[in-house]
Amino acid sequence: MSELTVTHLSKSFGGVRALNDVSFRLEPGELLAMIGPNGAGKSTCFNCINGQLRPDSGSVRLVDRDLVGLAPRAIWRLGVGRTFQITATFGSMTVVENVQMALISHHRRSRALWPLATYLYREEALALLEAVSMRDQAERRCSVLAYGDLKRVELAVALAHDPHLLLMDEPTAGMAPRERIELMGLTAQIVGEKRIAVLFTEHDMDVVFANANRIIVLNRGEIVAEGTPSAVRADPLVQEVYLGAGSTYKPDARPPHA
Amino acid sequence: MLRRIYQSPELFQLVATFGVVLLLKDVALWVWGPEDKLGPRAPGFDGAVKIFGTLVPEYDLVVIVLGFVVQIGLWLLFSRTRWGALVRAATEDREMLGALGINQALLFTTVFFLGSVLAGLGGAIQLPRASVSHHMDLAIIATVFVVVVVGGMGSIVGAFLASVIISELNAFGILIFPQITLVLMFLVMAVVLVIRPWGILGRPEGDSAGEEYEHQSLSWLPSRSARLAMAGVVGLLILLPLVVQEFYLVLLTEVLILALFAASLHFIMGSGGMISFGHAAYFGLGAYGGATLLLYGDTPMMLAIALAPLIAALGAALFGWFCVRLSGVYMAMLSLAFAQIVWSVVFQSSDITGGEDGLVGVWPAEWASERYVFYYLTLAVTLGGILALWRILFSPFGYSLRAGRDSPLRVESIGIGFRTHKWLAFVVAGTFAGLAGGLYGFAKGIVTPTTLDIPRSIDALMMVLIGGVQTLVGPLVGAFAFVVLEDRLLSFEYWRAIFGLIIVGICILMPEGIVGSSRSFLSRVGLVSSSR
Repeated sequence: MSELTVTHLSKSFGGVRALNDVSFRLEPGELLAMIGPNGAGKSTCFNCINGQLRPDSGSVRLVDRDLVGLAPRAIWRLGVGRTFQITATFGSMTVVENVQMALISHHRRSRALWPLATYLYREEALALLEAVSMRDQAERRCSVLAYGDLKRVELAVALAHDPHLLLMDEPTAGMAPRERIELMGLTAQIVGEKRIAVLFTEHDMDVVFANANRIIVLNRGEIVAEGTPSAVRADPLVQEVYLGAGSTYKPDARPPHA
Repeated sequence: MLRRIYQSPELFQLVATFGVVLLLKDVALWVWGPEDKLGPRAPGFDGAVKIFGTLVPEYDLVVIVLGFVVQIGLWLLFSRTRWGALVRAATEDREMLGALGINQALLFTTVFFLGSVLAGLGGAIQLPRASVSHHMDLAIIATVFVVVVVGGMGSIVGAFLASVIISELNAFGILIFPQITLVLMFLVMAVVLVIRPWGILGRPEGDSAGEEYEHQSLSWLPSRSARLAMAGVVGLLILLPLVVQEFYLVLLTEVLILALFAASLHFIMGSGGMISFGHAAYFGLGAYGGATLLLYGDTPMMLAIALAPLIAALGAALFGWFCVRLSGVYMAMLSLAFAQIVWSVVFQSSDITGGEDGLVGVWPAEWASERYVFYYLTLAVTLGGILALWRILFSPFGYSLRAGRDSPLRVESIGIGFRTHKWLAFVVAGTFAGLAGGLYGFAKGIVTPTTLDIPRSIDALMMVLIGGVQTLVGPLVGAFAFVVLEDRLLSFEYWRAIFGLIIVGICILMPEGIVGSSRSFLSRVGLVSSSR
């Protein structure tokens, strides 16, 4: 059974169709990249899956559970990890404490009053940081970290509850080119070992073609192409979306439903 | 004067404003004397017109027309002029505007100036209608704040609507149910905010709430020197009764109780990023709870003190459930509304609570009737309470709370329900405030409605902010400074002016509060290593 099954997903904002009848599957251990120009509906699709937005119609199934209508934190409990386009970490805490928070929540102890939080699940948290090569910065405060390092912390946090699906919204945005390749390489290696399915959006094509097993291309809320990196690269429609003269704004290319 | 503190967090501006109010109050007292002044009738408009068979003073009609004129003028100003556009832009993103080369300090000063002019105009218009007293300040500030929040911040029309609704309800309220006028305004606000969390015409705020906090880390296990200093202070507090006079013992007892009160407020402000303008409600509930149990139920003192926090916790659980659904100023104002409702209930039910006179004869049990015994009791309870609060801050619960303040998005995405945590924190804070209140009643021997009025809530806020929000000992230092200053200054005729000056001074010189700023200073000169 597929890890994630998205069927006929649609979402409009006012009169704008941000997502139009989007369907795709994600298999365990697969790295699926979602690409497309700005405004194509990638973030909307992401937020419909992770519970931030409620789709107008369609379904999102995690293995055999319907996710539509569940709160983000309930979806997290089902084993879905997330990283954000703009990093969201706890600035007043150290790197290791950020990971510990996720572990505390995973063990359902976020309301415990007595134990000292800094000593809880510390070893586990350090092991996770080791995996993302942040062990040596464990005691630094998150608010002073370099952006690339914050992304690594987010990855460790997202892995804390042993997810079987990882949603990464532009995981390498704002990073230097070399860092990007490194981070996605690292991600691919970790999820490969643990057989985690990953859905990620990305603008950097080098990152996408180097790591994705499969790619879906979104334009104006619709899937216009889907397939292996080489197939997508060769697709004339994709080339038009990316290289063609701004087809996003071409009036006659409007989808018939809009 | 306020220009200097535009950079500091919104709350500190509020504190400074409070200082200025105190200052001006005394200036007014000094210039115009303590008597109420009666304004002259407005020349030319001293007649009355008959409308629908009722005599309406001409002047009132003029006021109404003037109100509309100002209203329309303001709306035009904000929507049609470059200046208005700039102001609206500045409230959205001040930094961006600065990057575009706009002098924001000047801009905000003009806004402040316009606001003052309009306020002055309002006051002058009111002059021929009612007497003037120097007590106008706080009452008016509260009313204006309520009107703005009910209408929705940033909406002139909303404010206008709100003021019409509130004054109409007030007018009819007096006819139907006279007792209700004390709280009507706050009742309206509570209802509006519960139904529409951003006021009648306000727009939802972005996720910016809490962003202005500089994310200070807290570390468990304070440094060696800090531990030594704390042990020293505790030792001093234990030894003091042997040397000081009874009067100072009474004062110290009060300091300790208020320190616990301030620490309980700090618990939600510092960690949860929640602001309460009505924290006194839980202090007062504790005080009245303890006192009623003692006087009507013949409960022994210790039991009464133990039960007082539970009563406060119940109140906090009920009110907090609504409050945590709001954010920022709206939440603060809703907590204020609830506090005022509690206050008026207490004030009105004079059969049980003694009304304005309060409950007298709340004396400690026989064994604790000696001042020094009660002092030690207070010391033990308050220290225990403060330590418990600190401990909770470092527990997974306290961490979750702080995590939610740092990043609501992230905390939800790791499976933590931030709202529930905020609510529980509100209850915890209310409980400890109730404990402080319970002690306070016995310390004073009397419980009056002042234990839960607005000034008491503001006092707590002042203590926390003056001490420093981002520090653990801040609220304690703040409470000490506050009580001692007030006591020292009360002997002067113009104590408010001096007090106000000191508050403004602290705001300008120590924007992180006494403790926070001292720490920054010490780490700058290299005496203390900065935390991590």
